[in-house]
Amino acid sequence: MTRALRLLRRRVVGSVFVLLIVVVGSFLLLEAAPGDAVDAYIVSTGGDAGMIELLRHRWGLDQSELTRLANYLWALLHLDLGQSVTFSRPIRDIILERLPTTLILMGSATVLSFGLGSALGIYAGARPGSIRDRFLSIGSLALYAVPGFWLGLVLIVVFAVDLRWLPIGGIETIASGKTGLARAVDIGIHLVLPVSALGFIYLALYLRMMRAGMAEAWRQDFILAARARGLPRRRIVLAHVARNALLPLVTMLGLQSAQMLGGSVVIESVFAVPGLGRLAQEAVAGRDVPLLLGIILVSAVLVVVINLLVDVAYAVLDPRVGAGEASA
Amino acid sequence: MSRLRRFFRTPEAIAGALILALLAAMALAAPLLFPGDPQAIAGPALLPPFQDWSLPLGTDRLGRDVLAELFHGARTSLAVGLAAAAAALLIGSVVGTLAGFAGGLIDEVLMRITDAFQTVPSFLLALAFVSIVGPSLGVVVAAIALGAWTGPARVARAEVLSIRERDYVAGARVIGMHPLEIAFREVLPNALPPVLALSSVIVAAAILTEAALSFLGLGDPNRVTWGGMIAEGRTVLRTAPFLSIVPGVALVLTVLGVYLVGEGVVESTAVRRSLS
Repeated sequence: MTRALRLLRRRVVGSVFVLLIVVVGSFLLLEAAPGDAVDAYIVSTGGDAGMIELLRHRWGLDQSELTRLANYLWALLHLDLGQSVTFSRPIRDIILERLPTTLILMGSATVLSFGLGSALGIYAGARPGSIRDRFLSIGSLALYAVPGFWLGLVLIVVFAVDLRWLPIGGIETIASGKTGLARAVDIGIHLVLPVSALGFIYLALYLRMMRAGMAEAWRQDFILAARARGLPRRRIVLAHVARNALLPLVTMLGLQSAQMLGGSVVIESVFAVPGLGRLAQEAVAGRDVPLLLGIILVSAVLVVVINLLVDVAYAVLDPRVGAGEASA
Repeated sequence: MSRLRRFFRTPEAIAGALILALLAAMALAAPLLFPGDPQAIAGPALLPPFQDWSLPLGTDRLGRDVLAELFHGARTSLAVGLAAAAAALLIGSVVGTLAGFAGGLIDEVLMRITDAFQTVPSFLLALAFVSIVGPSLGVVVAAIALGAWTGPARVARAEVLSIRERDYVAGARVIGMHPLEIAFREVLPNALPPVLALSSVIVAAAILTEAALSFLGLGDPNRVTWGGMIAEGRTVLRTAPFLSIVPGVALVLTVLGVYLVGEGVVESTAVRRSLS
């Protein structure tokens, strides 16, 4: 366990540097935007030159770029992401409000894609080259070619418009007054379609990785040894072949988290789910640069944290990881 | 067996090549078969498909010819996908070669920047970039390349790390070649094959990202895009679902074609490797 902790400590230090690059980089990118927060604000409210002057001064926009970057970093240290232009509220509060929805969406989609994907991958990889393997391989490739937002629309047409089984969008029935368990069930029903749209795409990825890893493992000597020992086939498939193919999937879990966050932007917009992704789209529509900066930053932190967790899980699962740096 | 023959051995590779050939033909023939503006009104609005043979796939909400839009959309998808992938591969192999060949501080700095780009969801980055610079074809290509170069950079760096220890690199040093000349004329060309093996995945991802951007209304407004068509059709999803479904099917087939060809290429080279 100390091995995993040492690894974690080293990775945390590295991550802080990476996040610093993200902050400075995205700050400079968004600085390049024509017009500033005051312009965006004045467009929606109206005001004269004096008002513009006053707002620029109050929001610190009359200072140099470097001073503002320093101010932004200083505020970040106090977990202050600034003020949103379109919502006129602290950005941190808005993001914290939206984050749980996205986390539930991403978490459920990950469980779906990882669980079902690796199970089908084991099924295909148990007999490489068989008919069911070929069928699943081609099927997963086709699934992987489907744009998530389009799959979402097709699911809406079939299950919400034609069959009327599931709601067309939103996160819960508006003003239903449900509480507790009833509300949780309501949210769950609303999430079935978005989670499927997001999860099914990545399911193909895990299926293909699992299948490829198993096809590779079948050729190893220890499988031959296991067969020679007369182990039952079922046990060879699950405990030897599949188990060795599982580890790269765990790594993929971390790598895919950034992709999935990006994917949830579009999925949340298709299903009108009020999460972080939809917030990003609202920030783009409202030209709310500070909000967009905050969202990029929070997503980067989220990706870093998920990858750290994956690294620890990896170190726990594979005793070889980090063993070489015992004295570090 | 020739390389081409080996490629065309599996039915999957043949199917992929056929799809891509058809698509390229569509993209090239678009201005010949459907001259004029595909965004111009061609008939009554919301004409269902297979009703009027001058408008085989019907019309959209504004009365535009769906088939013409589909053909012109193929042009945008292919152009953006190929250009963005080429840019990503170029940036990635240059950064990866510099990092791997220079080593030390340069390597450290370049790889931390690569980490940073991988930490920010690439779609979010593209969204922010397009919304700031303004939607045009070039900007969309740049935005997609911005999030796609990290993979090639890592692969190129790993390859360069092993190549730079070879004798011919030492030889180039001895005859006094400039380090940059060695890096880009001797090392980079030899590091390319594994980087190019990523192209099919990157082209596919670029086409999907472009579609998602145009779906959210961040594509070039003067071009027909499949993503934009899907977004258009979404407003009449209940009454005319085919308007969203048809361009989506085109997208799926395109990306599938790219994947199948990519797999075929990998498999035909893998067989050669195991034979030699």
